[in-house]
Amino acid sequence: MTAKVVTITSGKGGVGKTTATANIAVALAAAGERVVCLDGDIGLRNLDVVMGLENRIVYDLVDVVEGRARLRQAMIKDKRLPELYLIPAAQTRDKASVSPSDMIKVCNDLRPEFDWVLIDSPAGIERGFRNVVAPADLVLIVTNPDVSAVRDADRIVGLIEAEEKGPGQLILNRVKIEMVKRGDMLSTEDVLDVLAIPLIGIIPEDENILVSSNRGAPAAMDDKSRAGQAFRNIARRLKGEEVPFMSLEDNKGFLQKLAARLAPRPNRSGG
Amino acid sequence: MSDLIAIKGIKEGLLVSVSDAGGWGDTSQVLLARIDQTADFFKGAKLALAVGGRAINAADLGRLRDALSDRGVSLWAVLSDSPLTTNAAQALGLNVALPATTPQTRSVPEKEVDPEEARDEAVLVRHTLRSGRSVRHAGHVIVIGDVNPGAEVVAGGDIVVWGRLRGVAQAGASGDENAVVCALDLSPTQLRIADRIATSPARKGDPKPEMARIKNGQITAERWSPKGKAE
Repeated sequence: MTAKVVTITSGKGGVGKTTATANIAVALAAAGERVVCLDGDIGLRNLDVVMGLENRIVYDLVDVVEGRARLRQAMIKDKRLPELYLIPAAQTRDKASVSPSDMIKVCNDLRPEFDWVLIDSPAGIERGFRNVVAPADLVLIVTNPDVSAVRDADRIVGLIEAEEKGPGQLILNRVKIEMVKRGDMLSTEDVLDVLAIPLIGIIPEDENILVSSNRGAPAAMDDKSRAGQAFRNIARRLKGEEVPFMSLEDNKGFLQKLAARLAPRPNRSGG
Repeated sequence: MSDLIAIKGIKEGLLVSVSDAGGWGDTSQVLLARIDQTADFFKGAKLALAVGGRAINAADLGRLRDALSDRGVSLWAVLSDSPLTTNAAQALGLNVALPATTPQTRSVPEKEVDPEEARDEAVLVRHTLRSGRSVRHAGHVIVIGDVNPGAEVVAGGDIVVWGRLRGVAQAGASGDENAVVCALDLSPTQLRIADRIATSPARKGDPKPEMARIKNGQITAERWSPKGKAE
């Protein structure tokens, strides 16, 4: 069984690439898949922290590329799940330390032993981005429902389409449904209107994400987290299942809903 | 072998010119072999590649860029007479011209064609222009698709977008005040005709086809109407 190499990128920084990589990896591994994550953000590594594996780093991706360590030596096994591994980035080097063909070689070496290779991308469109796109079979693009994130994501889609790795699939992250309803936040339709690529997941804004990042326990392990559930749905869709998008409405209690019904409505006139 | 490739030092680094002869696969192999021969000389170099009339697609250019990257050479520009190659380079975010020494060549590419003739030529783009794409032409530009925010179209002549114009459009870029900009949804972030500039007012209701042109010294947009006056 040879692995599918999936690169998770965005253009814009801070939209949730690392969170998505960690959570999708955990969700796939929990479903019995053999998963290895690569942190492609050389110099500003975060995937190890978010997965709670930073204390166990001995060798990293640059050590492997420069021949100081074998691939297996750099792989950290996540003890919470049967077949989940991480190859961390180097923190003391930068993106020039690794080349696109280095990444292709590493992924080819990993393919026979795993079902999924997930690569966390750095922000930007320069060398680091090109390194992580070079080996990809599928590119997932993470964006937030805001104009600047969508602008950057559009650039990314253009670049990967040009290199014939397109069109990619979209993860719309940090959606606050109440703000969308008020018209204060872009809706999914607004975002797809510009990006026009297939949608693989919508992740609601969820406080649990920050907590879980700090604890090193991705929210996809937590049944109570709605974002975690949305990431688990993405994992299922990656495996080919048809999963309906979950409702992002708040789960108001029965009494609150009743109170909202009985409250007098403001007069609405046509506009 | 050596007459296929010429290497020159320029202000911005190295300029490598390849001849038109031979398939791209062979030529790129020869180029990489040449670089490997004197690897230390090339390491860390910024390279502009001139390919003449060759038509090379974006995937091939991307592979070459990665192969050069593996050798520590950074490809920053691809110069070509072929629109396919220029388009492909542009799509990858590469420069398609060397920095000009005279400021006036900035807005419209110089060609060795009679300016009047060039103005009447049109280029047709049959896909959406995503953020970061730029289409520049001395004549007219027609886009079947959208022009997304962050994309730009610069034309010496008119611009027609059969889709949504939401990026930057500059018509009459060499000074023609009679140039027009048409779109099914005219909502550019910025619109320029000749040396005038305008932004879009907030859209009300569904988009309708409009034409923008200079009237009484200002850029104005008029809705298309079946009862419109013939020009």
